[in-house]
Amino acid sequence: MINNQIIRILSKILFPFLIIFALYVQFHGDYGPGGGFQAGVVVAAAFVFYALVNGLAKLKEIISEKLLECLVPLGVLIYSGVGVTSWILGGNFLDYSLLDKSDPSHGQHMGVLIIELGVLITVAATMLLIFYSFSGRGRKGDS
Amino acid sequence: MEFFLNFIILIFLSFITIAIIKINNLFSLIILTGTYSFLMASLLIVMDAVDVGMTEAAVGAGVSTVLLLSALYLTESKDSNRSNQNAMPIVLCLLVGGLLVYGTLGLPQYGLSDTPVNSYVGALYLERSIPETTIPNVVTSVLASYRGYDTLGEVTVIFTAGIGVLMLLKKFKQD
Repeated sequence: MINNQIIRILSKILFPFLIIFALYVQFHGDYGPGGGFQAGVVVAAAFVFYALVNGLAKLKEIISEKLLECLVPLGVLIYSGVGVTSWILGGNFLDYSLLDKSDPSHGQHMGVLIIELGVLITVAATMLLIFYSFSGRGRKGDS
Repeated sequence: MEFFLNFIILIFLSFITIAIIKINNLFSLIILTGTYSFLMASLLIVMDAVDVGMTEAAVGAGVSTVLLLSALYLTESKDSNRSNQNAMPIVLCLLVGGLLVYGTLGLPQYGLSDTPVNSYVGALYLERSIPETTIPNVVTSVLASYRGYDTLGEVTVIFTAGIGVLMLLKKFKQD
């Protein structure tokens, strides 16, 4: 944990803005630049920043390693689940127009939002998991 | 304006590249590569590729710098003096670099509309995206809708990479 006041206060101010920015990039991806990949890495960077200031143990209280290990496959599952759903509805794999039969363009928007959510979850969880496994190891002779 | 920005960023990039070659200290090396990534992100934003710039800034300058620093902490860092001076590598580098620069002379000007890249499939996507999907951002509609299958593959690649790193680095409890 870093006791420098400037860094601690700055991280407290910046963290919510980072998360809001990531969510904006995620849900505005239909209209502006961005999407699941970009939002995912920004979320991961925000949490890494939090861990740098407050220590890895504090971050592990919020997001445990077990939870991350579940989130990594969950994103892929959501993505391919959309594909299988459109299969069951009688179309091709990942044909979003079928998600809303009365309004195909609404179905397209919905499909893109859901799969981008899957991308976000997998990307952010994988980045954090790699960070955990790197910084969770003690140096030789540390413990 | 864009020309000047490009010029300044490229000058800085070349200075950092020379510093990376010259420097012996691993810690400064990591910070310099982070700075390099940040400048690359600025360059990408000047080229109007905001989404790529965002990824580069967050991954290249942010997370990977932290990962490299933690790797440096885990390993022992000994600075060694490079004593063997050999002319062969620099000749090879200059030769390949010269060939690449020669190759760029044959490329069409940046951003022209009637190039092969922008005229066949690209133009088709631009025409069809809004009538077919009503998603205004064509990058998103190509990435998520037209090429949804490819993006699923990409996500699977990230998933596999995560599992690979986990298997290598995680401390499993020994029963």
